[in-house]
Amino acid sequence: MGAIGAGIAALGAGVGIGLIGSRAMEAIARQPEAVGDIRNNMILTAALVEGAALFAIVVGLLAG
Amino acid sequence: MKVDLRKLSILVFALVFSFGMLFAQDHGQEHNGESTHEEQEGHEAEAGHDSGLSHSYCGGHEENGKYDPVTTVMEHIADANEFHVWKGVHLPLPVILYAPDHGWTTGLSSMFEHGHKAVDGYVLNHGRVNRVADPSFPKGEVHIDGILRQTEKVIGPSGKEEEMKEKDTFYACYEGELYKLDKPSTVDGGFLGGGITSFYDFSITKVVFSMIIASLLLIWLFLAVARGYKRNEGKAPSGVQSFMEVFFVFIRDEVTKPMIGEKHYERFQPFIMTLFFFIMFVNLLGLVPFFPGSGNITGNLAVTMTLAIFTFIVTNINGKKDYWEHIFWMPGIPAWVKIILTPVEILSLFIKPFSLMIRLFANISAGHIIILSLIGLVFLFGNNGESVGGAAGGAVIGGLFTAFMNLIELLVALLQAFIFAILSASYIGAAVEEHDHHEAHEGAH
Repeated sequence: MGAIGAGIAALGAGVGIGLIGSRAMEAIARQPEAVGDIRNNMILTAALVEGAALFAIVVGLLAG
Repeated sequence: MKVDLRKLSILVFALVFSFGMLFAQDHGQEHNGESTHEEQEGHEAEAGHDSGLSHSYCGGHEENGKYDPVTTVMEHIADANEFHVWKGVHLPLPVILYAPDHGWTTGLSSMFEHGHKAVDGYVLNHGRVNRVADPSFPKGEVHIDGILRQTEKVIGPSGKEEEMKEKDTFYACYEGELYKLDKPSTVDGGFLGGGITSFYDFSITKVVFSMIIASLLLIWLFLAVARGYKRNEGKAPSGVQSFMEVFFVFIRDEVTKPMIGEKHYERFQPFIMTLFFFIMFVNLLGLVPFFPGSGNITGNLAVTMTLAIFTFIVTNINGKKDYWEHIFWMPGIPAWVKIILTPVEILSLFIKPFSLMIRLFANISAGHIIILSLIGLVFLFGNNGESVGGAAGGAVIGGLFTAFMNLIELLVALLQAFIFAILSASYIGAAVEEHDHHEAHEGAH
């Protein structure tokens, strides 16, 4: 059960981080001069999304 | 001089990544043998379980069993009381143990003779100090016949039959009797096999030892850089100073200035830089697969918890009036929303450092687990030495993937240090920010 939960969590985080990445790419394409700001915010948001997924994975580990 | 330094560093990196694989394989091979005998013992124990625990299987050391990937990986990423350097070569580390009913026990971990000797009821179980829970076990130094692993079914908290979990329990064999071992004493308890226990372990463990090495390296490097800044005051940086200045400027311009703000960033620059460089160094040291490295430092919950608590304390000590107002009584919203929002805000106060802790721990642990699993393919495909072709295939596949994973881990090591620093900076920035938007609130009222 834990492995299934971890898999679903990874799925959610993958979709989330993929969306962040795609929108960041679009934003960079539209405004190449703002690449630094966009990259920072992209990493920050990705870290937050990843944090939620990692909670789920740790709970999955605990559930064994 | 400069050219020499560059050549040297390239040489070191090349050595690390080419020999690292061999070391890791060698290590795993030895482990294969180890887990073999332990598994065998376990089987024997299970066989003997029904007939009541008798001592006939206490000293059984037959080399015939299977490679257990999960146990091997978990043992490699866990902390240890001795440093495994080479096949059969261990660096003994100081142990400092305290039990409320016995007092202090100190010494070197070599005094346990790899699980063949008990000192004051403490034994070494796969590199970790465990304590015999039974008070009738003799104090002082006694020889034991070995440590026995048994897989027992433990009924979960709900007490239902379906929720039975398999758990490993360890026993020390002494004069034909089995004594149950307490769990190792760790803060990461539930996750990596620790738990509530009868003793406290203040030892310089493998992780602590690696952290000391990383700190000494950092001090050495930064003293050199500081000397450079003194020498080249008002001039262009030189040597290692110009290499590090890139990082300093990056932290200032990309992390602290935008996150904390022009007014306050200088005060927090040292703290954020310390976090960044410490995490980066221990992450990189953890990637080195042989002696001074190989400790899973930031993959240890106790370490990441301490770092997160530092951020928590620095954030809340520096919290301005506005910060607390926004937590306890958010201005500019209807009163009934405030009643819902205040508990959420108070919770988020603790969730922020908690997520910092989990993020770093899970990222680094996951990387180590993946690399160890890939190396484990060699033994899995090799079918415990029966199939040489399988082992060779496993070595090729595992080796190639490990090379790629190491490169990804190199990125993750830097990225996680950056993320920890930038999130800490943004939390501090939220705490010290002084809003000038009372007019906006007035409008909302």
